Amino acid sequence: MADQPLIEIRNLYKVFGKKPASVMPLVHDGAGKDQLLADTGHTLGLRDINLSIERGEIFVIMGLSGSGKSTMIRHFNRLIDPTEGQILVDGIDVMLLNNKELEQFRRHKMSMVFQRFGLLPHKTVLENVAYGLSVQGMKKPEQVLKATEWLETVGLKGYEKQYPSQLSGGQQQRVGLARALCTDAEILLMDEAFSALDPLIRSEMQDQLIELQDKLHKTIIFITHDLDEALRLGDRIAILKDGELVQMGKPEEILLHPATDYVEAFVKDVNRARALTVETVMQPPINRISASTIGGALEQMKKLPENYGYYFNDDGYQGIVLQESLEEAVKTDAAGSVEDNMVEELDSVFPDAILESIIPDTLETIYPLPVVDSDGEFQGELCRSDLIEVLSETHTKAA
Amino acid sequence: MSDKSWITEFPAMERSDLLTIRKTLDGAYRDFSREYGDFIESLFDPLLSFLVWFEQLLLQSPWFIVLGCMTGLVYLASRSWKLSASVVVAMSMIGYFGMWDNTMRTLSMITVCTLLAIVVGIPVGIAMARSDRVQKIVTPMLDIMQTMPAFVYLIPVVMLLGIGKIPGLIAVIIYAIPPVIRLTNLGIRLVDREVLEAATAFGANSMQRLFGVQLPLAMPTIMAGINQTIMMALAMVVIASMIGVKGLGQPVLKSITNQYFTLGLLNGLAIVVLAIIFDRVSQAWASRTQKHLGETAHG
Repeated sequence: MADQPLIEIRNLYKVFGKKPASVMPLVHDGAGKDQLLADTGHTLGLRDINLSIERGEIFVIMGLSGSGKSTMIRHFNRLIDPTEGQILVDGIDVMLLNNKELEQFRRHKMSMVFQRFGLLPHKTVLENVAYGLSVQGMKKPEQVLKATEWLETVGLKGYEKQYPSQLSGGQQQRVGLARALCTDAEILLMDEAFSALDPLIRSEMQDQLIELQDKLHKTIIFITHDLDEALRLGDRIAILKDGELVQMGKPEEILLHPATDYVEAFVKDVNRARALTVETVMQPPINRISASTIGGALEQMKKLPENYGYYFNDDGYQGIVLQESLEEAVKTDAAGSVEDNMVEELDSVFPDAILESIIPDTLETIYPLPVVDSDGEFQGELCRSDLIEVLSETHTKAA
Repeated sequence: MSDKSWITEFPAMERSDLLTIRKTLDGAYRDFSREYGDFIESLFDPLLSFLVWFEQLLLQSPWFIVLGCMTGLVYLASRSWKLSASVVVAMSMIGYFGMWDNTMRTLSMITVCTLLAIVVGIPVGIAMARSDRVQKIVTPMLDIMQTMPAFVYLIPVVMLLGIGKIPGLIAVIIYAIPPVIRLTNLGIRLVDREVLEAATAFGANSMQRLFGVQLPLAMPTIMAGINQTIMMALAMVVIASMIGVKGLGQPVLKSITNQYFTLGLLNGLAIVVLAIIFDRVSQAWASRTQKHLGETAHG
């Protein structure tokens, strides 16, 4: 069970129009969206979508308007019924649920955050947060208790008695988020949840979502038209175009290996320094010096391709040692231990740091930077040339 | 007939044929009302006794108690001293000019009509909002109810039920109910799709959606409909007096036939006063309870 993806979509088709079923043969024969509309008056919403979403990941579906992404997300909780295809959640075929079961499924399994918030204007903030619970039929005092807690979590303590119209956009969406989290649903659907917000508020909300996700480990399906947002939040990203899945993969895969011209055009304008982490650019860890004596260290050094090495002792990473300073020292005392004065200070970087943040460090030295994770393990080496190559790649391709 | 050209005269059916049609329909309806009139009338008995009871309550109670209750209700609904004071002044003037009893009769009629129109109209409006087919059927019926001259549908009602309060009530309701139905339908259909979708996404069933989301959000529109219904009911009071509804309409009718200008003006003004009170109070109540819906500015 653990390996089974939480959500699986198989061969999903959606056609809008009077008699969707009647045009399905045409769709299977490969009729395009425009052709279908011209010939039959039906609109192709989604074509042959297959994807699986793992437990605990943030899965971003991204596309421009009209790409079918909002249609897509409404299939997960069947706000829209597919024309053909299967939707499996936790092994249950959602299409087989009757009305009552579907209501229960929506109440407990999934919750949703909307682009324009979808708050109930006639209810207070607290009542809005508790809405999912009241629909479930929970007792009022319990509702209030739980809703208050979640309202505090999203940072809106003290706003309980206000009405949504009295809050700013960002605050309203926090209420939307609290409402979705309040039902303890395992899966969170977010339909362009941050798109209606100012850029500053948006990035604040993104931070908050990431922070919450570190604690809650929900499965989040996030829809956006903003690639920067997708790259920032997504563990995996699926790109939709005209109702078809164009590419699916980890953010860096999409960024570094766009599958089609469409994706490439998208990716072109992304600020890579902000989107990529050290991990994606670093070379494997080779130049590691760990011998405690000067002689031993020099032995190790000579086997390395370079004339420097990163010195690690029992206390972890210490700094960089150069071959020449070891050779100098070995003349006097080959058996002596490597002393501080032979090790030059050189800051290490974390593998999950974004490139932008480590650019100043790379400029301070001619040597590659060692990449050391939070456990003190040597993970790789970051060369300045690799960094430059990755950051300038878009420009060379565009030219 | 045959010597007349069909070019200058519209080729109408024979006069005798038309007469037969009229006779048949009239006869059939007369038979129907003779057969079932009493039975149908008895269906309305509970309503009639309520109407009579309410009218007697307003008439028999001392005037200052009625005035006190009215002012109290107005204040509760509007929370406005100014409006409440105006009501006291206006009602006192009506009493002083000797129209108190008739005003009470009209007031009771309007109140019952409005309540009945709401009780019938809102469910019909909801049904219309939920089904396009119902909307297609009901809309032309509402058009007929609003445009057909009231006298025309007074005829069958009087034939069936005679003259009196109940036929008057039916006539008033036929004329006054369309706004509340139309605006309930409109209000529900205009509810923000995303809000409704959110309710669905959280697993609300159709009743929870209706009472938790659609009706509350449609309330301002529904209130506008109720307001219109009250106004139209008041306007119908004069016509209803023709079939024996007592109240402010009868003196107006009397003034028309006898050319009593002042009597007509005074009673007409009393109707206007009632209309203004109903209108201001219901609007003040609506805007007070829906304050938070109005404030859309944010960000």
